[in-house]
Amino acid sequence: MSTAKAEREPFFSAKTKKLLLGPLNKENPITVQILGICSALAITVKLEPAVVMSISVIAVTAMSNLIISLLRNTIPQRIRIIVQLVVIAALVILVDQILKAYMYDVSKQLSVFVGLIITNCIIMGRLEAFAMANKPVDSFIDGIGNGLGYGLILIIVAFFRELFGSGTLYGYQVIPQSFYDFGYVDNGLMILPPAALIVVGIIIWVQRAKNPDLQEDN
Amino acid sequence: MYSNAYIFKYASIMVILVAAILSAAALLLQPAQERNVKIEKIQDILRSAHIPSTTANAEELYKEHIIREVVINEQGEELSVYSNGSFEKGDIRAFDVDVKAQLKVKKEYLAGKSDVKPVYPLFVCQKGSDTLYIIPLYGTGLWGPIWGNIALKDDLNTVEGATYGHKGETPGLGAEISTKEFEDQFIDKTIFNNNGEFVSIAVVKGGVDGSNVELTHGVDAISGGTITSNGVSDMIENSIGNYVEYFKKIKAI
Repeated sequence: MSTAKAEREPFFSAKTKKLLLGPLNKENPITVQILGICSALAITVKLEPAVVMSISVIAVTAMSNLIISLLRNTIPQRIRIIVQLVVIAALVILVDQILKAYMYDVSKQLSVFVGLIITNCIIMGRLEAFAMANKPVDSFIDGIGNGLGYGLILIIVAFFRELFGSGTLYGYQVIPQSFYDFGYVDNGLMILPPAALIVVGIIIWVQRAKNPDLQEDN
Repeated sequence: MYSNAYIFKYASIMVILVAAILSAAALLLQPAQERNVKIEKIQDILRSAHIPSTTANAEELYKEHIIREVVINEQGEELSVYSNGSFEKGDIRAFDVDVKAQLKVKKEYLAGKSDVKPVYPLFVCQKGSDTLYIIPLYGTGLWGPIWGNIALKDDLNTVEGATYGHKGETPGLGAEISTKEFEDQFIDKTIFNNNGEFVSIAVVKGGVDGSNVELTHGVDAISGGTITSNGVSDMIENSIGNYVEYFKKIKAI
């Protein structure tokens, strides 16, 4: 287990550490579980929407995990998926409404993808796999961890796509004008969806090269 | 196992609770959301007159620059004039007129299905010493609605600037209509010919050069975005066409 990052937060027990930080690396929803790829391709052209999307997903995973965990002993087995979906959908609509009210420009860029958080497999997956069987606090932390794991990849991908595709970071010009004067051109491929797939692929490659236990046997 | 009665009760209570929470949130956030939509509309209008604005100062700039809001009818008569925060005539603010709805009214009126006559909004903008006339546009592209604003100089003929927006045109193709490169092509084009006849501005497939459209009445279409380009063409003709009578009247004075 990698504990380099975890040491900075000694007040967490080993179990919560694993819940929170596991998804950042060895249990990452995007690069290891290959969930939520669709939105990762769509909204990572610029950093700002990627950051807002990450925060939205963290909020939804954490809150839905918490609510479902609180209700877990009362939910009838036969309609549990429906209950989970209602909770997720309600939270996503709330996030969407809040973005429309207070972050209108970003909300327009994210367009349908906020609504599509509802269908993000990560959230449903965590509810079924974790929140239905664990205590509220652990579930909440698990939700934040998985949201962070998703957000981390989103932000890494958006960083490279915005830097090479638009020459900016978070809207600010970082590649100096003199480069352009010498004939440097932004890479048009980076602002198209395939570039996200390539960057995600490279991240998966690097991660598996560093963690031999993630590699599948052939 | 839970009984069926329990499941029904559980589901009903949950749904009612969630519905109440969502309705409350929608009601609470509605004013802020409507304000965002309004500011976006203001910014679009100002942008066509090349007045840069931010979300913070848009309303202030609008008050400063848009000196008159006029609502006209099909015959080119002024129905309503709103200026400096009060009505000089009538009681409809051009800002509140929904162009999409009015074009539908027009269609039904012309088809004889309804007696309601359409009205059209016009914004008069003071920019430095220039007076500009801003016309809102609305039409259809390939996948959904497209809209825009076109600002005419005080000869009511030459375009000062145009802006376009769209709901979901193809990125890289039709969506290019809302880029500066496309919009700037419209600057200094004219909508009337030398005889004073309305000819509109066409978006020409294959380029204006070498086509049968005069250089001052056409712009280049977007390669691969033909249907959206034609949509822009039709939108301009249909929308500005409604103002021709009015323009002739004020030119005559």
